Amino acid sequence: MSELEQRGGRAPIPSAWDYASAPESREIVELRERYGLFVGGEFVEPRSGEYYATLDPAQEEPLAEVPQAGGEDIRLAVESARDAYENGWSAAPAAERAKYLFRIARILQERSREFAVLESLNGGKPIRESRDVDLPLAAAHFFYYAGWADKLEYAFPNRRPRPLGVAGQIIPWNFPLLMLAWKIAPALAGGNTVVLKPAETTPLTALHFGDVLRQAELPPGVVNIVTGDGRAGAALVKSDVEKIAFTGSTEVGKAIQRELAGTGKKLTLELGGKAANIIFDDAALDQAVEGIVNGIYFNQGHVCCAGSRLLVQESIYEPLIEKLKRRLTTLRVGDPLDKNTDVGAINSRQQLDKIEELVAAGRDEGAEIYQPPCRLPEKGYWFVPTVFTNVAQSYRIAQEEIFGPVLSVLTFRTPDEAVEKANNTPYGLSAGVWTEKGSRILWMAERLEAGVIWANTYNRFDPASPFGGYKESGFGREGGRHGLEPYLDFEGAETFGG
Amino acid sequence: MAQAPALPTGFELPLEPRLPRIGAVDQVAVEARATDLSKRSIKREAKLFALDLAVRMMDLTTLEGADTPGKVAALASKAIRPDPSDSSVPSVAAVCIYPNLVQAAKERVAGTGVKVASVATAFPSGQSPTDIKVEEARRVVELGADEVDMVIDRGAFLAGRYAKVYDEIVQVKEAAHPSHLKVILEVGELGTYDNVRRASLLAIAAGADFIKTSTGKLSSSATLPVTLVMLEAIRDVFEETGRRVGMKPAGGIRNAKQSVQTLVLVHETLGLDWLTPDLFRFGASSLLNDVLMQIRKEKTGRYQSPDYFTLD
Repeated sequence: MSELEQRGGRAPIPSAWDYASAPESREIVELRERYGLFVGGEFVEPRSGEYYATLDPAQEEPLAEVPQAGGEDIRLAVESARDAYENGWSAAPAAERAKYLFRIARILQERSREFAVLESLNGGKPIRESRDVDLPLAAAHFFYYAGWADKLEYAFPNRRPRPLGVAGQIIPWNFPLLMLAWKIAPALAGGNTVVLKPAETTPLTALHFGDVLRQAELPPGVVNIVTGDGRAGAALVKSDVEKIAFTGSTEVGKAIQRELAGTGKKLTLELGGKAANIIFDDAALDQAVEGIVNGIYFNQGHVCCAGSRLLVQESIYEPLIEKLKRRLTTLRVGDPLDKNTDVGAINSRQQLDKIEELVAAGRDEGAEIYQPPCRLPEKGYWFVPTVFTNVAQSYRIAQEEIFGPVLSVLTFRTPDEAVEKANNTPYGLSAGVWTEKGSRILWMAERLEAGVIWANTYNRFDPASPFGGYKESGFGREGGRHGLEPYLDFEGAETFGG
Repeated sequence: MAQAPALPTGFELPLEPRLPRIGAVDQVAVEARATDLSKRSIKREAKLFALDLAVRMMDLTTLEGADTPGKVAALASKAIRPDPSDSSVPSVAAVCIYPNLVQAAKERVAGTGVKVASVATAFPSGQSPTDIKVEEARRVVELGADEVDMVIDRGAFLAGRYAKVYDEIVQVKEAAHPSHLKVILEVGELGTYDNVRRASLLAIAAGADFIKTSTGKLSSSATLPVTLVMLEAIRDVFEETGRRVGMKPAGGIRNAKQSVQTLVLVHETLGLDWLTPDLFRFGASSLLNDVLMQIRKEKTGRYQSPDYFTLD
């Protein structure tokens, strides 16, 4: 009994509880050594003859070789899409289009583990997010637009919606498969065909999506997927398409708009952001802290609508920042495939350089930096979750989009000042408002110049909810009924006011 | 009358040091956070660590009208040596019983380190005059209870008579001295997370050593979000005043997985300091055997028939 008697005094406190590693298996993904372009329903070798290696950013190791599409490859892909559009797809019964979209959605659900692992491998995001956010939402978008495909007349009564033709779509590396779904689902529902270019660093889920399309027996050429760097994107913008949809940086978006001026091609842009996440002193503080963390550290901050500027009412500044700092110490940074990882790898060397440059600028300008103690893996691209306090509105870290796990904290005194500071940016994609007072949420929402405003939550998405920007964050909406409109032509549009 | 510690600032009494503001709880967000944390994947040695801890933190409970000295003696024996075939499995923290069974339990656990916790104050409803409740607390301590689990007067709380709830806890605390006082909020009757937080801070302000979710007599009890709301109240008190208050989820925790998820909440909300039976307990009757089965499975690599674990 001696062992038990020792328990008379105070019980010992453990010195650590290390969660054993719990990696999701890579086995489910069958990587090919080399991929082709997906054109006309087949994987074909690029005419350019060029390939480049795509990496696992957590290991800095090549995963596969993918084509660098040249001008000729883009031309052939657009031709294939044109052919499919004119010979069947645009004239097919709308219910047929819905059928394929439903099939794609179901196959994505069935193969969701494979795609989640591949997304984390190629992009660096935690498996927790690709499994619980990217994949369910991607499938949900296909389900949602499948439902609209044969109801367009009801979506736009008396406007006789018609497809546009061939859509060229260029997507970013932060949510590769989800952005693909946002682009392809409404385009197909509207009766268009597609040439899609995934981002240079994250082409693999898009290429595997080609397999899904074959499995769904989608007619060849309706969706074509071409890979490569910005040169391939530029060629697609210049090609013979009716519409360009671009999600990415404001700089590139402006260049595209200049290029398309006067061509008659339709354009939608979803660009950068520097969103204000505004915390009033009556907010539920512990939940607001979760919202701040989710707003800026979700997907390593590689989120165009990230809540990268925290505006805190001065009366709760200190307790809130204490809570936030404490919470940061519990963030688990590391292997994206570990189910317990909260923050994964930075997507590329280039992006890491940009984050480091801006963080250095923040220090130089006089902001106070906080980073929790954190052991980063030796290989791969990593950045510790960071908070800057004492930030002035004029600092670069308060103005420029960092697109990394870096939060800038500012304070305000009154609701008017919060609105003024929140709107004082060239961007206008999103904002968050935290208060227990319902009337104040509505008051703020009327005044904030942002396409999406979250109340007492952040970074929540739903296919039924339109998403898009004000000002230099772009124009056009994705998601919801609004998301169909950029992919349709309307008879007598002038009469009905566009 | 006992000297009451400071009130939360929301109660607007100018006492120092202040407890944290009452504030608000956002239902959607707190449930989302609890769900996120419940998805932590706890495997192998990390799981064994949690299961061992869960045993050491357990208040093995029987609160039935049919309880007898024989039943309680059997329970106490199980508490002392939960798994007779594996001496590395520790004793549980305490047995939790009705006042009339305190003596029987006390005799059986004498000299083992296992504590005796008795419910009191007209458990489970708390709907009796204050002097009777205070007297009951005093008597169970005389009978030998090391810990007293009292219930708050939910009727008074829901009627907005917070001062009555507060005064009662203060008086019971004094009567139960030097035993540990756990204050049961019966969250299933409070209706909102805002009320859970308010009641938590009220109980802590009145001197609770532990706050406890439930009596176990209602179907809705120690859910993960409710536990999280209470842990956050405890954390706010600690950060504001340095005072460490314990937490006891009770009712509804029936399997080992739930206990591990709850410990993850504690770990990521309050840190390692609260991973001790001095500051955290599970109130449960059927949880122990599932934890024992999981421990043996982790050690041997295979599940065994429930027949190998005693029913008490």
